Amino acid sequence: MSHDTNASATVQTSKDTGLSFGRVLQSPLVLPLAGLVVVSILMGIASENFFNISNIFNVLRQVSIIGILAVGMTFVILTGGIDLSVGAVMALAGTICAGLIVHMGMPGVVGLAGGLLVGLGFGLFNGALVAWGRMPAIIVTLATMGIARGLGLIYSGGYPISGLPSWISWFGIGRIGDVPVPVILMVIIYAVAWVLLQRTPFGRHVYAIGGNETAARLSGVKTQRIKLAIYAISGLTSAFAAVVLTGRLMSGQPNAGVGFELDAIAAVVLGGTAIAGGRGLILGTLIGAILLGILNNGLNLVGINPYLQDVIKGFIILLAIYIGREWR
Amino acid sequence: MLELNGIRKSFGKVEVLHGVNLDVRAGEVHALLGENGAGKSTLMKVLCGIIKASDGTIRIHGEDRRFANYDEAIAAGIGIVFQEFSLIPYLSAVENMFLAREIRTRLGFLDRKAMRRRARDILHRLGVDLPLTVPVASLSVAEQQFVEIAKALSLDARILILDEPTATLTPTEVERLFKVIRELRRNDVAIVFISHHLEEIFQICDRITVLRDGEYIGTCDVADVDNDRLVEMMVGRRIEQNFPPKPVLDPTAPPVLDVAEIQLKRGGPVSSFTLRKGEILGFAGLVGSGRTETVLALLGAHPAARCRMTLEGKAVRFSEPADGLAHGVGLLPENRKEKGLITSFAILPNISINNYGKYRKNQIFIDLRKELACTRDAMTQVRVKANSPRDRMDTLSGGNQQKVVLARWLNHDMKVLIFDEPTRGIDVGAKAEIYQLMRDLTARGCAIIMVSSELPEVLGVSDRVCVFRGGGIVATVDGDDLTSEKIMTYATTGKLENVA
Repeated sequence: MSHDTNASATVQTSKDTGLSFGRVLQSPLVLPLAGLVVVSILMGIASENFFNISNIFNVLRQVSIIGILAVGMTFVILTGGIDLSVGAVMALAGTICAGLIVHMGMPGVVGLAGGLLVGLGFGLFNGALVAWGRMPAIIVTLATMGIARGLGLIYSGGYPISGLPSWISWFGIGRIGDVPVPVILMVIIYAVAWVLLQRTPFGRHVYAIGGNETAARLSGVKTQRIKLAIYAISGLTSAFAAVVLTGRLMSGQPNAGVGFELDAIAAVVLGGTAIAGGRGLILGTLIGAILLGILNNGLNLVGINPYLQDVIKGFIILLAIYIGREWR
Repeated sequence: MLELNGIRKSFGKVEVLHGVNLDVRAGEVHALLGENGAGKSTLMKVLCGIIKASDGTIRIHGEDRRFANYDEAIAAGIGIVFQEFSLIPYLSAVENMFLAREIRTRLGFLDRKAMRRRARDILHRLGVDLPLTVPVASLSVAEQQFVEIAKALSLDARILILDEPTATLTPTEVERLFKVIRELRRNDVAIVFISHHLEEIFQICDRITVLRDGEYIGTCDVADVDNDRLVEMMVGRRIEQNFPPKPVLDPTAPPVLDVAEIQLKRGGPVSSFTLRKGEILGFAGLVGSGRTETVLALLGAHPAARCRMTLEGKAVRFSEPADGLAHGVGLLPENRKEKGLITSFAILPNISINNYGKYRKNQIFIDLRKELACTRDAMTQVRVKANSPRDRMDTLSGGNQQKVVLARWLNHDMKVLIFDEPTRGIDVGAKAEIYQLMRDLTARGCAIIMVSSELPEVLGVSDRVCVFRGGGIVATVDGDDLTSEKIMTYATTGKLENVA
């Protein structure tokens, strides 16, 4: 076999295959990580409680919902798309889940499965319209955002659905050891996403579509199926976020998650993923989500007026993206 | 009226215009003729100040001129109607004509009446009557062209360049356009008419200047030449590239791909062709003659009104290129950067993008070690010059980029590979390598379709050639008929008889 001759090279490179594909896409991580360190240090200076282990877990727990939504958003943005429906789909999934259990007397597991199916269904609907209907993602998901929100309000009459069995709260505020359950769920979802993106053909195809959809299609990638799948994933992660949210609030809230799609997009972009697609890492999104959470937490700890907090966050996002633009 | 002398233009180290002359008189229609890539468009861009000449002079009315940009050329009375119109589809003819130099009333509002009056005057002078206030998108292609011409005239153009104005027109529309051109000629406008269609040149033009490979070949009166003479001037004799020898093929070999019917548009021409095992079939024709659309339609990447074919005797129909891949039919698209490469990827994922079936572990995960080995193997086969499979695509030369696109298909058992303009923008050495790789593939039993706009390449590489014109195949030539004159004649006139 001829590769005996360069066996040493092959072995050597196979050692770093862990980052092989990431190598090209690695640089986007540097900046978010630097941002995370800088913001953490600033917060640590501003508030002595910041580096408390309990505060750190608290931040991560607060981050978990946006963090989970941002996973699906990362898949979508990597292909050059966008999903504005995630917040509304989350609210609908949570409402249906609670409704199935409370109103219809279903077992909790069935309720949870129902919520997940709602998320998946909306994702497939979005994906089918984008892939086969050839409609722009921003319009499709803007419309389905309205549809999901409206359906949730109709189903619940606009009121929260409470009276859930107490074990549901485990998903929102439970702990395993010291670690909050939502944080564990979030980490598992990120791990699965990482494997999908970095270790499967599907992941490569996602990047390929974002990099050059025409080239991917002409070389035999089934671009429409992949697009269907990524919107389905986004719908599914919205539903997972709904499970955490329902557990935390112990009710189905049809009005929850307004504007969460924007935070999820901000997390993805802060994490270094190109909004035009093709470049970015799921780990970056996690860092972006945590960065956003620390800002929220820190600004609260320092006691800044909540209205002013939004303004400050907005400017920080602009600054981060401006620096990122120079960097690339 | 207009005199260009010794125009040279280099892009980097490559000279594309080698001292070209052109002189156009007032009140004449002057044809600028040459193959794809002969330098016509570059010359016109120099004239319009869009690009700067490296050397040479431009004189207008005997006065030396040098244009720093397009606006200065317009101010000097030059108007150009590009192949791709620059009209804004949702604005009306009047709004388009006065875009960015609207006539205003004293209060600063648009003086729509004045603009409409001027527009009507100009169109009247052309002898054209068309709706002025509807969006130009709702006008016919010819009418849109008249709007472009009127726009140029409203800028007092005395020299008008028409870049392949008839390419997308129906015969009756061509007649209308010619009437307008004659009207312009009566008004002493100097017209440069670029067209590939020789019969039109005989119909409308007074004199002809021929370019070939950026070289000035000559200028003559239309009355003094015939069809054959023009083709000879366009094609000439040229320095031959070294092509690998053509193997002797068995003419009775069964076809790999037998396309019984392919029709791009309803009502358009219906073509058929066969591709035999181990053969390279050239697709020749002018730009826009339907070659690329045809190969894309075969793969289901471009709509087709009708497409009936058999692959190794079995009827197939591809609804997307992935189906083609599954059956062993693949494409190396024209325009590597836009359609071939994923530029955000390194070499490795660019090659392995459609290969994953080959080294999947447990059918779900990528076997990274095997992927790397397969990629290295493919890179060695096509001799990609790179330090590592993880090099970025933009560090590679055009030739190496093309080899990467080719390498993608080597891990498959391909029956048919389609090369669309495989050597565009790559240097001579890399071209020779690509040709050799194509022959290596055919020796392994693969059949190849090669779309090419370069005649020497078509002749040097293909075993047989299908000539396209107007969306379909007008002739298939092989053996002794494989001459540049014959192909060029078919491509420009659609038939062999003299048109003059």
